[in-house]
Amino acid sequence: MIKPVLLWSDALILLLLWSVAGLVWLARNNETLRGPWRQLLRNPVGASTALILAVYVAIGLLDSVHYVERLPDTPGQAARYSGEVRSGLDWALTPLRENVEKTYSAPFATHLYAKETLKGPDGGELRDFPRLKYGGAHLADARQDFWPDLLTRGGLGMLAGLIAWLVFFPLFQRGSEGDLVATASSAKNKSPLTLLWERGGLAPAFAWTLLAILLLVGLLIALAPNYHILGTDKVGQDVLYLSLKSIRTGLLIGSLTTLVMLPFALGLGIAAGYFGGRVDDVIQYLYTTLNSIPGVLLIAAAVLVVQVQIEAHAELFNTAAARSDVRLLALCGILGVTGWTGLARLLRAEALKLRELEFVQAARAFGVTHSRILLRHLLPNVMHLVLITVVLDFSGLVLAEAVLSYVGVGVDPGMISFGNMINGARLELAREPVVWWQLAAAFLFMFVLVLAANLFADQVRDALDPKSSGRK
Amino acid sequence: MLNYLIRRILYAIPILLGVNLLTFALFFMVNTPDDMARIHLGVKHVTADSISRWKIEHGYDKPLFFNEKAVGAARAADTLFVEKSLKLFALDFGAADDGRDIAREIKTRMWPSLAIALPTFLVGLLAYISFALLLVFFRGTRLDTAGVVLCVALMSISGLFYVIGGQYLMGKLWHWFPISGYQPGLDAWKFLVMPVLVSAVASIGDSTRFYRSLFFEEIAKDYVRTARAKGLSELRVLFRHVLGNAMIPILTGVVVVIPRLFMGSLIIESFFGIPGLGSYTIDAIQAQDFAIVRSMVFLGSLLYILGLVLTDISYTLVDPRVRLE
Repeated sequence: MIKPVLLWSDALILLLLWSVAGLVWLARNNETLRGPWRQLLRNPVGASTALILAVYVAIGLLDSVHYVERLPDTPGQAARYSGEVRSGLDWALTPLRENVEKTYSAPFATHLYAKETLKGPDGGELRDFPRLKYGGAHLADARQDFWPDLLTRGGLGMLAGLIAWLVFFPLFQRGSEGDLVATASSAKNKSPLTLLWERGGLAPAFAWTLLAILLLVGLLIALAPNYHILGTDKVGQDVLYLSLKSIRTGLLIGSLTTLVMLPFALGLGIAAGYFGGRVDDVIQYLYTTLNSIPGVLLIAAAVLVVQVQIEAHAELFNTAAARSDVRLLALCGILGVTGWTGLARLLRAEALKLRELEFVQAARAFGVTHSRILLRHLLPNVMHLVLITVVLDFSGLVLAEAVLSYVGVGVDPGMISFGNMINGARLELAREPVVWWQLAAAFLFMFVLVLAANLFADQVRDALDPKSSGRK
Repeated sequence: MLNYLIRRILYAIPILLGVNLLTFALFFMVNTPDDMARIHLGVKHVTADSISRWKIEHGYDKPLFFNEKAVGAARAADTLFVEKSLKLFALDFGAADDGRDIAREIKTRMWPSLAIALPTFLVGLLAYISFALLLVFFRGTRLDTAGVVLCVALMSISGLFYVIGGQYLMGKLWHWFPISGYQPGLDAWKFLVMPVLVSAVASIGDSTRFYRSLFFEEIAKDYVRTARAKGLSELRVLFRHVLGNAMIPILTGVVVVIPRLFMGSLIIESFFGIPGLGSYTIDAIQAQDFAIVRSMVFLGSLLYILGLVLTDISYTLVDPRVRLE
């Protein structure tokens, strides 16, 4: 029996999803709004990075469905639940989560990193590397069977991935008649596969990215239950599991911060530009003051305060998950409150320009109220700037989390995040042999996410910003 | 010019006051001195008595804004706000929780910070602008495309990776430099090269791309076409005309950070064990020493405003059209 748990961050994710879905629904029949996005998905870089980001988001979402398990009933007592909050991802990765070794082990290792005193076959004692409890435990002879086993399992996994790709493939090919005619006219010099994909409105690169992802997933599913693909950390936890769990933290910081920042940036930025005068002075004073404080210090100061407050009200948060969740939200809030100045300045300049244009002047002459002008005439005309900034900021925030966690003002030290993974492993490079896998895994997962986000952001900017299109 | 400077300095006062109020609110009102005492004394032996003793020892035993017990002007003056916050305006930073004078620490620690930050700044600026000019010179070719892709890839790597990777390669594997530490005097260079290199490389992707797009904007302007039409070589156009005219946007971003160089870098200094202001701050954050954090926030704001003024002055130097009235 399980009982669902809704952490605060989960609720905010739902809110975010709901508002994104609402925006998409509103824009579904509007050609001017849909056009740039269609162009984005036809672009090879746009389509493949969107897919990679979608995979990350899917993992993050799965990790945001939380529940607690019901403990075995003791007679005469009300039902009790475990204090450990789990997520859908934990459930999906149960073998990875439970296969905990004693300490470090290298990727694909069958033996532990450190030597131990073992019982020899003749009853005597010897010091050697013991076999892992789970990694490669199914092999009778670790040395002889390792490669054949790895290749069979890996091959089967990749084959399954290929089959899945072939099954998924036709799903993306529902093109309309009009598209068919359009592509037929430009069909010269193009391979049949390219044509097939263009008909579906997606770049062919999308197909190849999908293939790569499915092959990788197949490989991981085939190998992960029996090997520690990325090794284990100091307390023997599987590094692949930690990396996958870190994704949610990174995504949350990147997206929830935006949710906090937007009202400030939109409200204050547009108001400053539109009203001018005193309002402008006050808002400019506000953001100059905030800007003049060194960013990390302001964040550190606020996080220290939040930390003290959480400790002072420890009774409000009954599980460790709830406590680190609140701290994560506080961090997002702080990053949002300190991070709105850049966008606000941009919006102020834009509103300053827009308010002199004829359509705003005409609206004013007709006696339209200020709030209506702001909402109906200014807001839609700055939305592209907002969207571009949001996507551009995302990658910076994911990277900032790692640095802040290192400084000690990031997420809760008990929370699984890229920053905490790096922080926990950075001293291990001094060991001999070097423990590199935990660092490498954190950096790799982060690099792929941030690179995809950066490339995607560039494409979004090209698609949405009329000024940057055509300029390479 | 003089008038302008005086106006700017006067405008700085409300901003600094705002910064002070903000940090004061954070550290004294949201977090009362009682909370602070409790952290420093530990959870176990906290009694009302020991808290008030700690507060007296560290000078936190006064009311926030208004002292009812005092007489006359001391009613407003003998308070925490004046004592802990307004005194910062006179650069009187007070003592840290361990009793040491913060002002003296700042004076000794700013030199190592500067020794790292200044070379980093200069080397970086030179490298980024040269790379950007190189890409602009080869614009439209494969080299430019490859350069931009490389920039995006480099800026997608976490800054921590550069630090850890640099330490591992140059310090542990190749034994070029000591991994961390610092030594005053001329021997310091051994300890400085690696942090400078690492931090210059860490922002190469970001900055090169930024300057490249800046030059691109400039190169689309009419005067460039005129210069080319006169038959000037591409190199001359780039260096004499484009670089010169791009100075204004470059200075906007660059001059403002110069005064802040004194404060050093949090991450670099703590990774490389440099006893500068950055590592001082990070130690204070980790030890929850709010007095130091407050001083650093004030100092940072002060230097930022100084940077803004310097930026305006630098405009008059590179662009004769700009006059500060």
